[in-house]
Parts: sequence; structure tokens; C-alpha cells
Amino acid sequence: MSTLMDTPAGETAPGYRARHTLPLRVEALRQLKRRRTLVMGAVLGALPFVLIVAFAIGGSPSSRNGRITLMDTATASGVNFAATCLFVSAGFLLVVPVALFCGDTVASEASWSSLRYLLAAPVPRARLLWSKLAVALGFSAAAIVLLPVVALAAGTAVYGWGPLQIPTGGSLGAGQAVPRLALAVAFVFVSQLVTAALAFWLSTRTDAPLGAVGGAVGLTIVGNVLDAVTALGHWRDFLPAHWQFAWADALQPHLEWGGMLKGSAVSVAYALVLFALAFRGFARKDIVS
Amino acid sequence: MRRRRWRVAAGAGALVALAGAGVWSAAGASGAPAVHREDRVLDMPGAKIDTSFFTAGSPHDKRPAVLIGHGFGGSKTETKGQAEQLARDGYAVMTWSARGFGSSTGQIGLNDPAAEVKDVSRLIDWLAERPEVRLDGAGDPRVGVTGVSYGGAISLLAAGYDKRVDAIAPEMTYWNLSDVFFPDGVYKKLWAGIFVSTAGGCQKFEPQICAMYNRVATAGQPDEAAEKLLESKSPSAVGDRIKVPALIMQGQTDSLFPLGQADAMARRIAANGAPVAVDWIAGGHDGGDRETGRTQARVTQWFDRYLKDDKSADTGPAFRVTRTGGVNSTDGSAQLRGASSGTYPGLESDPHTVALTGREQSFANPPGGAPPAISAVPGLGAGLSGLSSLGVGLSLDFPGQYARFDSAPLAAGLHLTGSPTVRIKVKSTGDDAVLFGKVYDVGPDGKQQVLPSQLVAPVRVAGAKDGKAVELTLPAVDHTIEAGHRLCLVVAATDLGFASPAAPATYTVSLDGGGLAVPTVPAAKTASAGLAWWVWGLPLIGALIGGALLVTRRTHTPDPDPELAQVPLQIAGLTKKYAKSSDRYAVRELSFRVDKGQVLGLLGPNGAGKTTTLRMLMGLIRPDDGEIRVFGHAIRPGSPVLSRVGAFVEGAGFLPHLSGRENLELYWAATGRPAGDSRIEEALEIAGLGDALQRAVRTYSQGMRQRLAIAQAMLGMPDLLILDEPTNGLDPPQIREMRDVMIRYAEGGRTVIVSSHLLSEVEQSCTHLVVMDRGRLVQAGPVAEITGGSDILLVTTVEPVAEAVVDKVAVLPGIGSALRTEEGLLVRLEGATTTELIAELLRLDVQLTGVGPHRRLEDAFLTLIGGSA
Repeated sequence: MSTLMDTPAGETAPGYRARHTLPLRVEALRQLKRRRTLVMGAVLGALPFVLIVAFAIGGSPSSRNGRITLMDTATASGVNFAATCLFVSAGFLLVVPVALFCGDTVASEASWSSLRYLLAAPVPRARLLWSKLAVALGFSAAAIVLLPVVALAAGTAVYGWGPLQIPTGGSLGAGQAVPRLALAVAFVFVSQLVTAALAFWLSTRTDAPLGAVGGAVGLTIVGNVLDAVTALGHWRDFLPAHWQFAWADALQPHLEWGGMLKGSAVSVAYALVLFALAFRGFARKDIVS
Repeated sequence: MRRRRWRVAAGAGALVALAGAGVWSAAGASGAPAVHREDRVLDMPGAKIDTSFFTAGSPHDKRPAVLIGHGFGGSKTETKGQAEQLARDGYAVMTWSARGFGSSTGQIGLNDPAAEVKDVSRLIDWLAERPEVRLDGAGDPRVGVTGVSYGGAISLLAAGYDKRVDAIAPEMTYWNLSDVFFPDGVYKKLWAGIFVSTAGGCQKFEPQICAMYNRVATAGQPDEAAEKLLESKSPSAVGDRIKVPALIMQGQTDSLFPLGQADAMARRIAANGAPVAVDWIAGGHDGGDRETGRTQARVTQWFDRYLKDDKSADTGPAFRVTRTGGVNSTDGSAQLRGASSGTYPGLESDPHTVALTGREQSFANPPGGAPPAISAVPGLGAGLSGLSSLGVGLSLDFPGQYARFDSAPLAAGLHLTGSPTVRIKVKSTGDDAVLFGKVYDVGPDGKQQVLPSQLVAPVRVAGAKDGKAVELTLPAVDHTIEAGHRLCLVVAATDLGFASPAAPATYTVSLDGGGLAVPTVPAAKTASAGLAWWVWGLPLIGALIGGALLVTRRTHTPDPDPELAQVPLQIAGLTKKYAKSSDRYAVRELSFRVDKGQVLGLLGPNGAGKTTTLRMLMGLIRPDDGEIRVFGHAIRPGSPVLSRVGAFVEGAGFLPHLSGRENLELYWAATGRPAGDSRIEEALEIAGLGDALQRAVRTYSQGMRQRLAIAQAMLGMPDLLILDEPTNGLDPPQIREMRDVMIRYAEGGRTVIVSSHLLSEVEQSCTHLVVMDRGRLVQAGPVAEITGGSDILLVTTVEPVAEAVVDKVAVLPGIGSALRTEEGLLVRLEGATTTELIAELLRLDVQLTGVGPHRRLEDAFLTLIGGSA
């Protein structure tokens, strides 16, 4: 980038610096006011309240089929409630905002035809992708964090501040549980990187935003289905979906890193390749939208 | 009954393979050598023993033999998998069903030295006759014995009674059956009952054993004869004779054969001078993960070392304990990790004293011993005991039936490995007191209470009427006590698993000083997480692949041409073929130049390649060939020089959810240039959107978007302005206004390129013209030169000219093309003069009203296109 400083006078318009194009703040502003961003934020922010109302109407949760889940202790404390919200949403609900923010970001610009004007501004292609990726990941992270934070606040207000009751028995002090919850949320984000990368790559390949979002969600579902095929045995270890609930390892008396590390490894590995594919493809692509 | 010595070769002669019983079969796994199995029933004194013999590979190779015993209640079939694996690993493997189990006949003698143990010696005799088996001497094969539980005990007993055994690997088994069923004189009733019923009832046993069982179970208390009987059948009876390398694997969640049994055998065999390794596996008879894959692999390694004499075989650490890290929430399994040390530490290594507090407490032994406290519950749900290591426990003490002594919360975590001990004073209203000691791990909230491995230690205190001080040896476990947790000693009067006195009594228990001695093994280091290589490798591979994908050959960007620094646009030899249309060129060998101050019209019908050219000019698509230079700089995607170009190509592109003004402001912000340079108000004035600027763009009409897009292209007043079909959707006054805007724009020394297929509009605003058709340049030059060129003539006629005549004109020598229009005939001359044309027309009987230079651009354009057709 520093070579740009050496460009002979007159090559660029006054004040133009490639590294200053499409600043993150500008890209965030461009995306923030979109209706889907606001709707997604509202859904995630409202879900804890929906659950609180559901528990209030339906009474205390009880285990089904003898399977012990975080549902059983949902109303024990605010921390429990936050963990439960994470539990019910990590499988699918949190996939949607990630796929949406990352899958929509380039494809929607293409569908609006605004992409070519950004590129002709000119925003260098790699720079455009970095800005868009950073903002999309930032929005995804915000979506993933929003839910448990709202749930923690609302849950604490309704069920009180107390230790995390672990459904299999035992408990974690609230002071210990909140950092663990933060770790769980961080893992959820890392495990969603593969969805983010897939959506982002598709976003650079198509001009149809829904195609990119739907493709990413669809492939995530295919991953879940494959993970249900136990005949695949250890091959399932390499499915990102296999580790989607590994964050629950953070919410047990002995913090267990193995699953989360494996899940992160799988997710990050796929994500790196897919991100690289996105950058490679976009750098060479003819923009005809 | 006097038996012959085991060494006597009763074997070969006495063993009669029953006719027709030999069955050959082969089991092959893909890629691995096929395993041959020979099933045979061997006739032995008092029983017919059902055996299987497994080999793999060449029958001529001499190999060590391995005998695999099965568990109590099982048969030889349960060891088939391990037998086949060992056969593939190069052993001759024999499995058999012990007396009274499977298809074997005879009575169960609880590994009687005269029966079951003799059977093993006869099997070894039989092995010595086999051609596949390697011999250490005549009648002495190289042989190891392994097995789980009942089969583990036979391996110890075989090594004790038969000197030909060279190595053993007993798993989850007993050293002294009397200690197992009558620990400290307390009858382990639940397990004993399960044991007998598993065998199929008392009648399946030797009558002596059955009688003993009935006697003890009725009394609820062992007698000396019973203890003697069980002890005589135990490996401990020949402990001093077991001198072969022993791999001892014992379960941690095992209330039947607890770790103390393994401790006793390890110490005795090690004292005999044989190599010993102790491996505490996670599961046990109470359930949990028996780590079958790992233990069988370790047994193979052990035999590789001591039977095959493979010095490179890794026999593993002298002491290994499996520790549970937590639950793997992905599949619900417990995470197991090994901790190991180079020496076996025993059960009382490096004790830490934890002070206990609690006054003297009295509690009742309920009459009939009911209800009993609950600790281990054999047979109830596999893995229940394993849960204790996860901070979960199912254990129960009834109020008034136990004494409890607590420690203060531990300042630092402690890892208990072995048997804690504590001195207590016991007083009973009866003669004997039977007590059950256990140590709970109590969480900081006081509610979470875990009994490690669900184990209790029974103790019978004889003559406790006057009070007696005893040292209580608590169950051997491996358990982490976190900092902040307490240890809690509970001494209870009852336990579900054991028979306690039926007579009611009151026990009084107090601490006898000293606190709880908690053994630790600091040398046992937990192996690192044991993560698969791919946990680190996979992201690395991902990064490498990603990096490789991003490495691109640096495309050479030509140096700027200083001579062209003042030339807004020069295109040379530009060619582009879209991937999907292999034969058709979108743009082909296009060359033209635009100078400063020009308003250039780029003209051509739809599909002429105008837009493709402009897209290449903006760096959106790559030309296949040729070069575009803007102010001397070659264009590449994102070339910085594009910041001097404003463009409106193929329609508007806005964010529909933002207002017109926001769109323009954010677009300018995206260019990264100073806000003061945008001259946004001037641009907006040209757009003339008024109040609509504050509305979201999605509410705009086509024309409004068009005008906003042109305003966007003009932001910052670029040196080169490109407008593609700018008048689409505009009404006539706006079109006129746009024309003026373009002319004014160029007057300031800036340059405008306008593309259009509606030629009449640009006719008046453009100074220069580039005409394209089907990707090729047709003509370029000043408008006047193209439109007013003398070589294009408009021939007006009285009446419309017939098509045939037009064709005739077109083929005349010196005529480029001829085209019929509403007004007459448009003719392009190529060499012929006007006079010659008139002469020819008159000759063709065309009634002329006039011939003159044509000034209308549209007609000129059509002529040009026609000429190239």
C-alpha cells in the first residue's frame, strides 16, 4: 500500500488514497440502516422475552425423553437462562444472521448495481472485500453476542442473579459462570466462521443475495444431516456441524477444551480456504452486474 | 484326590480331540491377513472344554501363543475379537470356555487350581504340540495369558501354577477372593448374589462352594472356613510363585474388585522381581468406559515385548491412571486423559494431611440394617459411577445412621490418588461394630456432594463395646478436589452393597486426631490434552491452501506514459470476448483517442460493444487484449487514476434503503477523499431532485434515479466524465438541460464521453464521435467531419426509390453503400464523384429533386453501419 504514496502527482484525484477507501465506518453505516439488519437485531433481542413469557405460561421446563438438556434448568438463574437461550438458538437461529450478514454483503451490492460504482470509485477489490468482511463479521458477532447479553440481563431481572445450575448436577458460581458463558459465545462465533466464509464466498459468486444466504444456510443444514449419519464414524469429526454444541463443554464443572478446540480447528480451516477462494475469485472476476 | 504333577505330559496323550469336532474356518478383514479358526472340544477330566485356536499368516512360522480367558458368566465367544486381532499381530491364540460356561461342561470351581487351572496347563500342553507355536523347550511353548475379570484371575493362577507361562496381562480381577467378598470380615452381599446368579445359580458350582455360599449368605457374615476356601483358590495363595512380567489393569469404578486388589498383586509380583506395570482404567465392574481399544493395544505391546522379545515394543509407563476431563458434549462421552509416572506409587504415596473437625457423634445401626445407605449400585446403569468424576453423584446417607466430619475449604486443589486413611475411635452398644467409611468431595455451596467412584470401605471393629481406636483405610480412588471444596468423612452404619448386623446398636464415633491422610502422586503427570494432530494441523493446512489460492502472478502494470499525461483517454487494440460466447467478440481491436475538452459521443446500436468498452475503461472487466490509458496510466481493476474519472454506466446503482443525499454522501465517503472536495451541492443542483433527496431511493422513479446517478458521477468534478445513455428516462426539457450541462462541463477543460444509441440527442452536444458496430470501430473523428463529410450524400427524389434500384446503386463502382430513407436515398461515395453518381442515378431513371451533403447524424450513422454490414 505504501507504494501508493509514491505515485506521481496527477495520477490520482487530490486526496485519494486507496487505503482510505470504503472505511469500516462507512460500510457499517451503509449496512446498519438496512431493514434486515434491524429485523434481525429485533428478533434476537426479543427472543429472550418470548422465552420468559413461554416459561411463565407453560410453567417450569422439564426434561423430555429423559434427555438432560440446559432447558431443564432454564429458570434457575439469569446465567442459566442465558445459557438456555444460547442452547436453543446456537443450532440454527444464530446461523441465519451470520449467513445473512456475510452472504448478503457483496451480492446485494451487485444486485443494486452499486458494486460497480464502488469499484470504479475506485475501491480496490481486496480492500472492498476486507471492509465488507470485517463489517459482516462484526455484525455477525454483534448478533451472536446480543442474544445472550439480553438474555442475561432479562433473565437476571426475572430469575435473579445466581450460580449456573448444570443440568447434569453441580453448579458454577455466577462469577465463574459469566466468563464461561463468554467463552461459549466466543466459540459459537468461531464455529460459525465456516458458515460466514461459505456465505461470503457465495456472495462473491452470485448477484442474488438470497442465493448466497440460502446456499450457506442450506449447506449448513446438509452438514447437520450428514452429522446425523452415524455410519460416517470419525469422518464426522471433520464436519463443522459436528461441533456446534461443543460450547456446552464450557458450562460444566471441569472446563473441557477438547471439543471446542477441534470445532474451532475445523471451522477455521474451512473458513480460511473459503475466504481465500472469495478473495481470489473476486480479484479476477469480470463485474458485469 | 491325588493329581499328577502338571509337568507330566498328560497333555498330548490324554487330550483327545473329539472326532469331527475340529472345524476350520477363516475370517479375513480387508487388507489384513485372514485369520484361521479351529474350533475343537477337548476332553479333560471332569469336563469337556470348548476351545478355539486362531492363527493368521503362514502356518510355517513359529510364533508365541496367547491364551485369553473370559469373564464370569461369559464364554469364549466374547474374546473372539481380541483373539483375531492378536492372531493378525502374529500370535497363535487360544480361547476357551471355562468349566461350567458356554458349551463347556463341568462345574464351576472358581478357578480351582485342581480344575480350571489344570485345564489351562492342558491347553498349554496342546499348544506345545502345534506346529505354529514357538517352543522354549520340549513341551514348553512361549505363551502369555490374558483375560478380564475371571479370565484375568486365571492368568495370574496359571502363572503361579505353571512355570511355562512367560507373561501375563490380567485385567479387572482379584488377588484374594476372600478380601473381595469378605472385606475386613464384612460380607459383600449384593455382588456375591449377582456373582452366583450370573453363573446360573448355586447348583452350577462345585458343591463345596455352593454350600459355603448358602452358609455365608444366610449368616450375613463370613466364617473362617469360607475365608479359607476362597483364599485357597486365589492367586494370592501362590503369590510368591508368580514371577513373570505382569501388566495389571484395574478399574477405578469397581466396587467388586477395587484398586486395592491390583495394588496387592502389583506389590507381590514386583517383589518377586518381575516387571510390573499398573494401569488404572476409567471403568470397571460398576460400569463406565473400559477403554477396551486402549487396553487391548497395550496388552499386545506387552506381549510383543515379553513374548516376541521385541525390545522396541513400548510397554508403557509403570503406572498410568485414566482421568476424566469432562463430558464431551458432542457425543456425550467422557473425555479421558492418561496421567502416568515412571514408578508405581502404591496407594499411600506422599500423603497430605487434611484436618477434619467434628465432635463425637452417636448414630444408630437400624435393626435389619434397613434402610441402607447407597453408594455403588452394581448393575444399575453403566457409567453411573463414572459420573462422580464429573461432579455428579448418586449417593445417599440416612439421617441418624452416620457420623460426619468436615474439613475446611481447601486453599489449594488436591489430587487424591490412592487410599486415604484416618484414625477414629469407635464405641458400640453391641460387641462388633460394622462401619462404612467414605470420603465425599463437597462443593463450595455445600450442596454438591460427590462420592469419588461411588466407593465405600467397610470395616468390622471387633470388641468395640469399650471403645476402640482403629485406622480406617478408605477406598482407593483417583479424584481431583478443587480449591474451595471441602472433604467430608462419613462413617455410616449401613450400605446397600454389604451385609451389616441385623441387631440394632448405637455407634459412637469420634476423630482420633491426625486428620485425614490424603495420598497424592505428584509425579503422575496428566498427558497433554491428547488432541489429534489435525487440531493444529487443519487450520495450518487451511492457511496454506488459502495462501496458495491468493498467490497470483503479479500482472505487470505498464509504466505511465508521460506523453499521454494530458490525454484523458487512449484506447489501443482493445479486444474482449466473453467467456460464454466463444466465437463472438464483444469488442474487437478497438482504438481511438479522446483529447482534453472534447465531448465525445460513443455511438452504436445495442450490442455494438459500447458498454463493454466503458466497463473495461472502469476496470470492471479485463480486456483480452489491447490497452486503455487514462491520462497516460494503464487501466487495471482499481487503478488509482480512476479516481479522476466519474462514471455513470448502465443505469443507476444505489442503496435503496438510504435517501438520495445519504447515498451520495456515503458514496463520497467510500472514495476516502476529503468531504470538502465533493462539491455535492453543485452535483445535486444538476440532479434537480429537490425535496426528494431526503426520501429513500427505493421510492424514486427511473428518471430520478438516472439524474441522481449522473450527479454521483459528477461528484468531485472528475477530469473525465463518462455517461452511458444519460438521457434514458429523461423528458425533453431535461434532455436539453443535460446537453447544456455536458457542454458546460467540458468547457472547463474537462472531458466528457457520452454513449448513446439515440444519436439525434448527442448530435448537438458532442464535438467528436466514435462510431462502433459489432465490437468494431466504424469511424472516429469530429462530428462535422463525419456528418458533413462530402462522401455522404442525400439524394432526394420525387417518389420513393424502389428497393431494386437501391441495390443497383449500392453495387455501382465507386459507391460504398446506399440506403433508402424517408427522404430519399443516402449514398456513401468511395471514389466516385457527385457528378458520376448523378449520372448513374439518371441512367437508372431515378427522378431527382436534389443532391447534397447530408448533415443529419442519425442518417450518417445508419449509412456507416450499413456500409460495414
